[in-house]
Amino acid sequence: MALIKDAPPAWLVLANGRICKGRHFGASGTALGEVVFSTGMTGYQEALTDPSYAGQILIQTFPQSGNYGVNSEDFDSPKAHVSGYIVREWCNTPSNFRMEDNIDSFLKAQNVIGLYDIDTRSLTRLLRDQGVMNGAVTTEDPTPRLEALLAEIRAYSVQNAVENVTCKEISTRKTDNAACRVVLMDFGCRSYVPAQLAERGCEVITVPAMTAAKDILALRPDGVVLSEGPGDPAENTGIIAEIRTLAESGLPLFGIGLGHQMLALAMGGTTEKLLHGHRGANQPVLDLEGGRTYVTSQNHGYAVTSIPEEAGTVTFINANDRTIEGIRYTACKGFGVQFAPVSHGSTVDTDYLFDVFAQSMQTGKEGK
Amino acid sequence: MPLRSDIRKVLVIGSGPIVIGQAAEFDYAGTQACRALKQEGLEVVLINSNPATIMTDKAMADKIYIEPLTLDVVKRIIEIEKPDSVLSTLGGQTGLTLSMQLAKEGFLDAHGVKLLGANPETIHKAEDRQAFKDTMEKIGEPCIPSKVVETVEDAVDFAGEIDYPVIVRPAFTLGGTGGGIAYNEAELRDIATNGLRLSPITQVLIEKCISGWKEIEFEVIRDSKGNVITVCSMENMDPVGVHTGDSIVIAPAVTLTDHEYQMLRSASLSIVSELGVEGGCNCQFALHPESMEYAVIEVNPRVSRSSALASKATGYPIAKVATRIAIGYSLDEIINQVTGKTYACFEPSIDYVVIKFPKWAFDKFVYAKRSLGTQMKATGEVMAIGTSFEQAIMKAVRSTELGVDSMNLKKLADVPTAELIAMLRRGVDDERAFQVYEALKRGVTVDEIHEITMIDEWFLEKFCNLIELERWLAQGTLTEDKYLTAKKYGYLDSTIERMSGQTCPMHREAVYKMVDTCAGEFQAETPYFYSTFDEENEAAQFIERTDTGKKKVIVFGSGPIRIGQGIEFDYCSVHCVWTLKELGFEAVICNNNPETVSTDFDTGDRLYFDPLTREDVASIIATEQPYGVVVQFGGQTAIKLTRHLADMGVNILGTSADSIDAAEDRERFDALLEACEIPRPEGFTVMNAEEAVEAAEKLGYPVLLRPSYVLGGQNMIIAHSRQDVEEYMGIIMATMIENPVLIDKYMMGTEVEVDAICDGKDFLIPGIMEHIERAGVHSGDSISVYPAQNLSEKIRATIIEYTRRLSLALNVVGLVNIQYVVYRDEVYVIEVNPRSSRTVPYISKVTGIPMVDIATKIMFGATLKELGYESGLYPEGDYVAVKVPVFSFEKLQDVDTMLGPEMKSTGECLGIGRSFEDALLKGLAAAGYDLKREGGVLISVRDSDKREIIGIADKFSRMGFDLYATGGTASYLNRNMIATNMVNKISEGSPNTIDLLESGRIHYMISTSAKGRMPARDSVRMRRKSVERSICSLTAIDTADALANVLLTGRTMDDVELVDITEI
Repeated sequence: MALIKDAPPAWLVLANGRICKGRHFGASGTALGEVVFSTGMTGYQEALTDPSYAGQILIQTFPQSGNYGVNSEDFDSPKAHVSGYIVREWCNTPSNFRMEDNIDSFLKAQNVIGLYDIDTRSLTRLLRDQGVMNGAVTTEDPTPRLEALLAEIRAYSVQNAVENVTCKEISTRKTDNAACRVVLMDFGCRSYVPAQLAERGCEVITVPAMTAAKDILALRPDGVVLSEGPGDPAENTGIIAEIRTLAESGLPLFGIGLGHQMLALAMGGTTEKLLHGHRGANQPVLDLEGGRTYVTSQNHGYAVTSIPEEAGTVTFINANDRTIEGIRYTACKGFGVQFAPVSHGSTVDTDYLFDVFAQSMQTGKEGK
Repeated sequence: MPLRSDIRKVLVIGSGPIVIGQAAEFDYAGTQACRALKQEGLEVVLINSNPATIMTDKAMADKIYIEPLTLDVVKRIIEIEKPDSVLSTLGGQTGLTLSMQLAKEGFLDAHGVKLLGANPETIHKAEDRQAFKDTMEKIGEPCIPSKVVETVEDAVDFAGEIDYPVIVRPAFTLGGTGGGIAYNEAELRDIATNGLRLSPITQVLIEKCISGWKEIEFEVIRDSKGNVITVCSMENMDPVGVHTGDSIVIAPAVTLTDHEYQMLRSASLSIVSELGVEGGCNCQFALHPESMEYAVIEVNPRVSRSSALASKATGYPIAKVATRIAIGYSLDEIINQVTGKTYACFEPSIDYVVIKFPKWAFDKFVYAKRSLGTQMKATGEVMAIGTSFEQAIMKAVRSTELGVDSMNLKKLADVPTAELIAMLRRGVDDERAFQVYEALKRGVTVDEIHEITMIDEWFLEKFCNLIELERWLAQGTLTEDKYLTAKKYGYLDSTIERMSGQTCPMHREAVYKMVDTCAGEFQAETPYFYSTFDEENEAAQFIERTDTGKKKVIVFGSGPIRIGQGIEFDYCSVHCVWTLKELGFEAVICNNNPETVSTDFDTGDRLYFDPLTREDVASIIATEQPYGVVVQFGGQTAIKLTRHLADMGVNILGTSADSIDAAEDRERFDALLEACEIPRPEGFTVMNAEEAVEAAEKLGYPVLLRPSYVLGGQNMIIAHSRQDVEEYMGIIMATMIENPVLIDKYMMGTEVEVDAICDGKDFLIPGIMEHIERAGVHSGDSISVYPAQNLSEKIRATIIEYTRRLSLALNVVGLVNIQYVVYRDEVYVIEVNPRSSRTVPYISKVTGIPMVDIATKIMFGATLKELGYESGLYPEGDYVAVKVPVFSFEKLQDVDTMLGPEMKSTGECLGIGRSFEDALLKGLAAAGYDLKREGGVLISVRDSDKREIIGIADKFSRMGFDLYATGGTASYLNRNMIATNMVNKISEGSPNTIDLLESGRIHYMISTSAKGRMPARDSVRMRRKSVERSICSLTAIDTADALANVLLTGRTMDDVELVDITEI
């Protein structure tokens, strides 16, 4: 961290009226968002570019951010999605052989306001006890305009989140001698998903979130992946209806994160907002069938709370709070998990889920 | 799976005496294991030769054997106790190796004993170099090009293939003993020869040297279901090439991108799964700093020093969880004690950084090679927790008690920059971090230092931040803003004032954050705190929220393990805490040593993991507002705080600050002795060389010189001449000018030591200990016998009486340790320490008197009478107990093994027997003496010992040993009718003493020539050679005599009774 003496101030204003003064890095201005915290100790670059954080101000609990700078290979998506970024300290002298820039320049370029030199633990504890709440990060003294700002903060909600982050056009990732063709519905997908599918010999056609089921079926896929993404799943009634059609088509489906939640809703399940969500790289999930526990990377504020017995069975639960983390459907050929099967790159723990999906497509094809 | 139903009685094997590479962390692990087993209702049988440990405490196990950790002894205990299982992975390498031997021999199967914690196949795959390489190859994990060889020639051939430098790693040795880096063939021949000899299976690994790569570690836990998690990652600031035990370590790894981190994490999980570890495992990697290339360095399939560190760094109790896994549980069945809500099957997330800083003994071993490499040299370590690297390293350096409060090392201030760079180029030593800091301060660039040291620029830039801050402090007015910034960076008020030359404009106390395993995601129930400068004080909130109305008492711990202040003080601190809890107090611990039981978060009611300086402690007191504090169990570290605490108005429980001062201040102490009519060796206090010489001549040589206020005989010498005095004063004046030097007449009598408990009216002596070596050998290095064997009734009575007078005159309330010398039938007092001592755990265990417990109760007004004890000496028991010191000489090159007034031992063992000889036999066996009954004895003694050596030589001769001696000694013995072979001195040409020692014909060497510690001297070279060749080397005439007497009895370990101390 550059010596604190040189840094200008910045503020976090929370919906409950609490104002925290810190220092400013990254872009200037004012940004609203839902304030959430993530406990991951590495992967700030990935988090900043994770579309699931769209509309959110992210607090990182690990105190030293930006240690290895920023490189263009490790982004989860082409741009930053967070509205604001709060850390205890950022590193102006990062060190890594692949580093291209420091995090301050990156945030400036991505127009993300950063706030540091602040008691992030006390904020985390507040959100833990009271739940996520709206807030604003600003580089202008909020006191003179506090009432107006608070009104804005309280009125804020993440809307059309999926619409904002999904791709605009269909794109195809070709693979030589592709064994299967997969349609990936992009609700805010990270780059590892097409990469994992391609690794398993799939041709991946990524389609915008609003693509109709009949158009997807017209692409003659062997299976459909419903990607992760931001926001309240129940908001996306149109997409859910299309997913229902896909489910009825008998194609193998694989839902991840938001995709898993929407699949559950399509199959008659319910979802709810969690008090403070699961965000971090250390979430234990219990595989109810295999008996093992896996450490997973997660980033979600909502969770599936029920699924009709005739529709499917719960396969994974969170080992800490026992919330639903995965479902396998009997009413359709699909399954979904709340967590990221692969965390950025290379976690071995649950990448087998992609194999399971590839296998089900293969079986489906042979059965045809 | 829940608890296995086929387990009812478990044998736990401890790790034995504290040596470099195997220290208090195994007491911590073993204690956790015993507690976990007992919580399950299992019967626990324990064996450990180390009496200073908590794990050998009656509360910890049902049966406790303080016996030598040899295969035969363990077998006998299994036959006696008939356990159904043995736990192998909690007792360090010692415990693991013994368990594996028992399994391999088929002994366990034959006796129906299950091996818990590790199976032989896993251990073989992890520890046998070739098997490990094959296993890694199988799962596609890269290893460093290497080859296992069994001869020096093969080593040289292979090195030719892969190119120098190469690393030599002997198989199955502790802390890399006998290893090293060879830059050319000559060096390789040297190191490989030694390594092959030290390896119990005569194997060394020759491997490509990858110095300069990042060294990254992961602590992993796996259960029988295949659940596997990483508890913590750690990054060594010093790159590959320096043993991780000697490296500054930061947790979590800070310079890795997520991609790199996940790559190594995944590798750890695959390795541990493939090895089939069920329990804790440490994986070490080398990561190329400029590519994604990495290599697996080493895997330790057991709890280790690193796992202790990871446990303290995250709050995740690895040893406890590993134990529960060993008895059948899976990770998803074990509750995370810290949160009480989550399960052990998760990966801790931390919201702070942790730094481990090693503590070396080079202040004691002036002539030791300070260079650091693949062989560990540190005796202990401290840990510091901070919200930034800068804050944590500042806390770490002041916790090491090096006399520094920042990264500025005084002695480097005058070193020219060119010389500093040359130092850095020469290689790593214990002061590297300070040298780097100084060089950066001089303007040497980060790039240049990185190029020389390969320390990642990230760390160097952090140092630059501190340098920048220090410059800022030195410029202009010390504003509140500046002050607060400096506080966040970890500076003490006194440091800020010194650096700025101004008075602080305000004072800000630290606030405390909780270590909760989950970065705040869940509310934690277990109170473990560290200081920082921030808004919210979680400790204060916690205290308010959980207010029980109980009075709070703070116990100050003893900091890092070092020579002279070891695990004994942790034993005392922990016992004090237990008693406080029993008495209905809230017991709060402050300490900074990650290896210990005291810093286990569930030992006290609250734990503050912080430095033990005045200001750090003052902040804790401000938050806690305790009823009182206890300083007498934390060694000199805690005692040093007394005066300051008293000045702050803090209630010092037990012996008062004034009494402590009266014992330490020479003049006051002399006056006290005079008033009590107790003689002491005549002496003076001097401030400079002239006064010293004058005093010495008045007293008559030899004289004993030492600085006041020291521990462990630091900088203490016996001077035989004016030159000795002048040389010593020269050294002392250069380093510490504030404290006077004490100079005493040196009396070569019998040393006697007493630990007593006093309630201000009555006093209790649990036992009188007699040292085998006469005065002149530091009490910590002497073999100590309880009860005293050779004291007349009159002397005994005098000692009891003097102890009474001193305890009462000093108003001791609690423990006091008094050292006496008996010289020409007179008793003199040498030293009085109104605090706990090294011998408290041992005497407590062999007499059955819970000394710390009693002392603690007395601090709160109980009397000895009420507690059921008569005044005076407690009746002696049926057993004799002998404490034998253990040294780590093989780890420290160039250190003279000659014992003297400066303490050198790192640990101790205990032998308990029906007779003195049996007890000593056990003690020696436990300390690793191989008591051979035949072979050669090489004798080389100073003139003053010649008369006495006759009797000893005669004993060896009568037992059939071949005697060898150099010129003078040989003719002297021959003249006295003891047949002795004459052997050349080194200077007289080959074959000489060194060749003889090399020949393997010598099993014992008696070498007492004392003059000088210079490594080049003949006597020192002979003693070093004996260390290298693992020849039993005796440097005091009394030790040699005692050993001869033991051999004369003809009894072996097979003949002596094994004692369960819970029955004493």
